[in-house]
Amino acid sequence: MKGEVLGGVGLQMSRDDNVVTAIDDVEAGAVIPYDSGEVGVEEAVPFGHKIALVELAPGDEVHKYGEVIGRATERIEPGQWVHTHNCRSTRGRGDITDGKEEVA
Amino acid sequence: METFAGFDRPSGPAGVRNYVAVIPVSVAASAVADAIADRAGEQVHSTPHQMGTDPPEQAREQIERTLSGIGTNPNVGAAVVVELGTESTDADAVADAIADAERDVEVLRIRDRGGTSAAVEAGVEAADRLWADIAGLERTEQDASQLIFGVECGGSDATSGIASNPAVGRACDRLVEDGGTASFSETPEFIGAEHILADRCESESLRERLLERVDFRESAAQLMGVDLRGAQPSPGNQEGGLTTIEEKSLGAIVKGGTTAVRGLVDYAESLPVGGGLVLMDTPGYDIESVVGKVAGGAQIVAFTTGRGSTTGNPIAPVIKVTGNPKTAERLASNMDIDVSTILEGESIESAGDRVYDLLLEVASGERTAAELRRLEEFAINELQPNELAQLRENA
Repeated sequence: MKGEVLGGVGLQMSRDDNVVTAIDDVEAGAVIPYDSGEVGVEEAVPFGHKIALVELAPGDEVHKYGEVIGRATERIEPGQWVHTHNCRSTRGRGDITDGKEEVA
Repeated sequence: METFAGFDRPSGPAGVRNYVAVIPVSVAASAVADAIADRAGEQVHSTPHQMGTDPPEQAREQIERTLSGIGTNPNVGAAVVVELGTESTDADAVADAIADAERDVEVLRIRDRGGTSAAVEAGVEAADRLWADIAGLERTEQDASQLIFGVECGGSDATSGIASNPAVGRACDRLVEDGGTASFSETPEFIGAEHILADRCESESLRERLLERVDFRESAAQLMGVDLRGAQPSPGNQEGGLTTIEEKSLGAIVKGGTTAVRGLVDYAESLPVGGGLVLMDTPGYDIESVVGKVAGGAQIVAFTTGRGSTTGNPIAPVIKVTGNPKTAERLASNMDIDVSTILEGESIESAGDRVYDLLLEVASGERTAAELRRLEEFAINELQPNELAQLRENA
């Protein structure tokens, strides 16, 4: 598979990605070795879902596949679950007008 | 060079199946078409759908193009076109297109026959007669370059972009290398990944056309003042770990492999033989999208699923590929190949080579899970008001 599985927990598809994909159901307390340190998983994350490797501020880009998959809508700590509750698409938004997007 | 055992046709590439198609031109003829296929032999397959008897002109053209494409698919040796008799959709035009491809075809008008019972009777006789003429056809060795391989994903989850789509993408690369055609579609699922496809387009004009199509699909959401997120990713996709349309698209486009994008065709428009990787501009509904590619000439389809889709097609065998180990186990009887082994360390190349081998086996007659269960979903894309308006503008 493309990318690298960090600590048997999460798949980092591309080296610059700031999230990993859980390759099995992950319990809180699991440890992901990252950037010569480690990230403690803060909550249970289901198989296939994403875990933040770094701290993200509202509006920060979320990277997977080495590409932008959306922006954080709230502050996300390393080890937290990243999904629709704290990350949103920037595309196909008929409910907002260009340049007036609110991410917070 | 790879080969498969297929059926020679009087024109066009070889088929991987040898069917008589029973093709209704509207919803009003669909029940009769189904009844004919049910009563005739196993090699007689119907394509029932929900299109009305008097669609707007641009929609009618798309319906006729789709049905003509279905009737001239290499898997179809002969066809019966069925109409009630009130349709503006032209059964004779569809039959003419099929006859132009040198297939035997008959038109059945329910009203002229004096009702549904008599029409079914006459339709079964016609189908049996047409079948008798092609039943003796035997499979012969065919070059893989004749294959048009439609690839689709449905019920996607995080494993789709990690395992099943890359594996199918590898099979597409193999087929393109062997001189064949691979095609994928669902333009809304290019959103967020279109820059990658655009960079792979063979010409600047193709690149511009692709980006225009993606813009149009994205602006459709804007036009309606709705948030695409309600539908994309779907609730099921979200449960499977996909958060945004960009994430879904980036995982989806890898099912087409890594070769240059050599063309972009409309829904159900003819796909070139020996054409390399060609995109089809379709909406994001699996069954309509599969039908569009089969109408474009795809003899065989690979359908990747993470959460577990069971759908097939009446004309082309559909190979179900999953990269989700739970789905591989839970829906084993509906899956044809398990590439969740990629999560355990099998290389994408190795899993993709298994998909390509299976593609050639199915092309040579091995039946898929959907075929064994006669799962033969069929639907034609219905143009939406904004699409009709754009087509009128361009006319």
